[in-house]
Amino acid sequence: MLDPDSGLSLTIARIVQRLKGSSLHSQLERQARVSLHKPEIKLESLKEDIKDFLKTSGWEKKLQNAVYSELNVFPSPCHPAAPPEHMKEPLAYMRKAQGSWEKRILKSLNSMCTELGIPLAQKRPVSEQKELLNKWNEMGTDEPDLSLFRPVYAPKDFLEVLMNLRNPNYENGEQPSFRNHLGLIQVPLKVKDIPELKEDFSELGLNIGQLGIDDSAQVPPEFFENEHVRVGQKVLAEQDSAAAQQYVRQGCPTALRADLWALILNISNQPEDILYYEQLKSNVIQHNLLVDSLIYKDVKLTASNDDYYFVFEDYLYQVLLCFSRDTSVLEHFTYSSATPPKSYIRGKLGMEEYAVFYPPNGVIPFHGFSMYVAPLCFLYHEPSKLYQIFREMYVRFFFRLHSISSHPSGIVSLCLLFETLLQTHLPQLFYHLREIGAQPLRISFKWMVRAFSGYLATDQLLLLWDRILGYNSLEILAVLAAAVFAFRAVNLMEVTSLAAAEAVLADLSTLKVMPLLQIFLFATVT
Amino acid sequence: MSGAAGPGPPVGPGRSPLPCAPRPAAALQLSGGTEPARPGVAVIDLRFPRGAAADVQEIVFKNFYTAFLSVRVQRPGPSGSRRWVTCLRDLCLMPCPHTEQGAQDYFSLHRHQMLCDMDQVTAVRFILRQPSPVWLHFTIEELQIFPAGQKSPQKDFPSWLSQLTPPEQPASLHGELPDPEKVSTEVQQMWVLTEVIRARQAAARIGRFDVSPTTPLAGLQPRRITGGASWRGYS
Repeated sequence: MLDPDSGLSLTIARIVQRLKGSSLHSQLERQARVSLHKPEIKLESLKEDIKDFLKTSGWEKKLQNAVYSELNVFPSPCHPAAPPEHMKEPLAYMRKAQGSWEKRILKSLNSMCTELGIPLAQKRPVSEQKELLNKWNEMGTDEPDLSLFRPVYAPKDFLEVLMNLRNPNYENGEQPSFRNHLGLIQVPLKVKDIPELKEDFSELGLNIGQLGIDDSAQVPPEFFENEHVRVGQKVLAEQDSAAAQQYVRQGCPTALRADLWALILNISNQPEDILYYEQLKSNVIQHNLLVDSLIYKDVKLTASNDDYYFVFEDYLYQVLLCFSRDTSVLEHFTYSSATPPKSYIRGKLGMEEYAVFYPPNGVIPFHGFSMYVAPLCFLYHEPSKLYQIFREMYVRFFFRLHSISSHPSGIVSLCLLFETLLQTHLPQLFYHLREIGAQPLRISFKWMVRAFSGYLATDQLLLLWDRILGYNSLEILAVLAAAVFAFRAVNLMEVTSLAAAEAVLADLSTLKVMPLLQIFLFATVT
Repeated sequence: MSGAAGPGPPVGPGRSPLPCAPRPAAALQLSGGTEPARPGVAVIDLRFPRGAAADVQEIVFKNFYTAFLSVRVQRPGPSGSRRWVTCLRDLCLMPCPHTEQGAQDYFSLHRHQMLCDMDQVTAVRFILRQPSPVWLHFTIEELQIFPAGQKSPQKDFPSWLSQLTPPEQPASLHGELPDPEKVSTEVQQMWVLTEVIRARQAAARIGRFDVSPTTPLAGLQPRRITGGASWRGYS
């Protein structure tokens, strides 16, 4: 807990430190120098005149957007006495559990490597490099033999780990008591209840227009849709990140969605960003990593089999292969509870100068990882912009869905929030499912880990992800999962086994997301 | 109740905590009870060595599942004898005592937040309360007390650098040459500025020409990646 004044100055110092030396900083300096030639800049009031010039030419807005982006991504600074691992994850037993989980993943990766006799990384021969460069835009036509590869882990393995997570200081008696949670998650994290969620998600209320509800065919567009589109165009013209984030809480019109998301994530696709992407592409061509085969296998198993996403297979390779070589992703490990795995060059085991992170971005893909990218392919067609949007969404949101942490948007809190909501508002359903051995989290976990990608229809999924960006939090995933159970409660009360319950909830592609959320939050009688 | 203060986190430059030996947290016991109860109240007593008195500026500690904290200090009263005064009453460390929020966070207590003066303190008593029965232990750890009079370090630059000369008119060379003393002081200030800029490395990435770390991995054989010790349970 910090003094509010010192907390503010620490935040300011940190943001200044991060923005200094960035390309925005040098552009601002260049603009200020160029403006000296203008007649309205006077020497006596130099500072004020330059500030006014930057304001009118829109550069102050860009700086505001950059500062807003930093505030959103990085958590507030810790107490000065806190060690760096405290910023990653304050609870010691969760850090330990995450460390054990990572060791287990590495062991699996290593054993696969040893079994198959394939090196973790090797340079491609020149002929192979040429071939790959020619085939870059159609890597999906490649049919490498991937039968021996298997995904390093699947969401259900991760669920087993979360089920066994225990706080050693918590009284976990064997006797059922008020201390034991009735669901699968047994850690006592603070989760919100419906009154708090109503306040947080107040823009989803019944008396406020939403895209996804008030733009359906029966509602005349003059009531809401036309005005909403007009406001969206104005927000884009102003280029204001904070306004865009507030705007998308009511949904994004399809035509404006790509630009609005880029504005919220502060992605501008400058020439240096395109150059960076091309550099990553050349890294892919020169070196072959073992995780490339894992990515190929994952795309072939998940996205290629999906009715909506199979057309984007080539884009997925272009994005994911570059993603695993991008070392700028390593920055997010300062605020993530995970640690990137380290590897040593052959023969130099244990020597720190020869240690590298493997894969270079520190993220080992699991089964279903490519589904984080697939919905974005509907919005962005240029590979470098698609890549940057995905990278920013990963380091802001998706990394929390597969690491153990106590953050309110972390997967552990989401699972507990889902179970608590279901237990509080549908107690009969929860009890019935528990009795037949079909704990609800076993069914909804895979939805939440993938942020519902691949389970909902694409337009509904994009409406859901609008709200994730708008509220800068993943809690809406848990609320939607509970709302889906509430919607199918009548059918679920009649099932008698886990398999039957899964069958009832197998197909979500016909669901409309926004009415479900509205009814669950604002129209359920408690 | 266990939990004497551990070795403590690294201290910032320019500040050193007062030497003190806190006794381990003692739970409140009701006399005449047959079995050891878990009363949910514990006390940590702290005295400065050799009966010294000190002016307390800041108290820093790490929480371990304590919900509410009260602090009392022993200081000389108006009549000369020492008395106990409450300087902090029921500070909430865990907003929801049944859940983990704030359970392992670091906290600072400054002298201006206290109810009484913190001068000439001879002993400090921390009264910890945890009303929720779900936790097995609760205490505070890594307790450090900082005396008054030490400036907390400025992260930016030493204070004398802030007294830069105001922007002045360019010296007119029509008359004499500029004063060599003045020139040498200005050069010295510029030199210090370059030193400061060199010390403050920017954290932002240039984003170009990064050497790809995959280059040295050419021909890497499968090796045990660090952390490959046998996996035991992870609860």
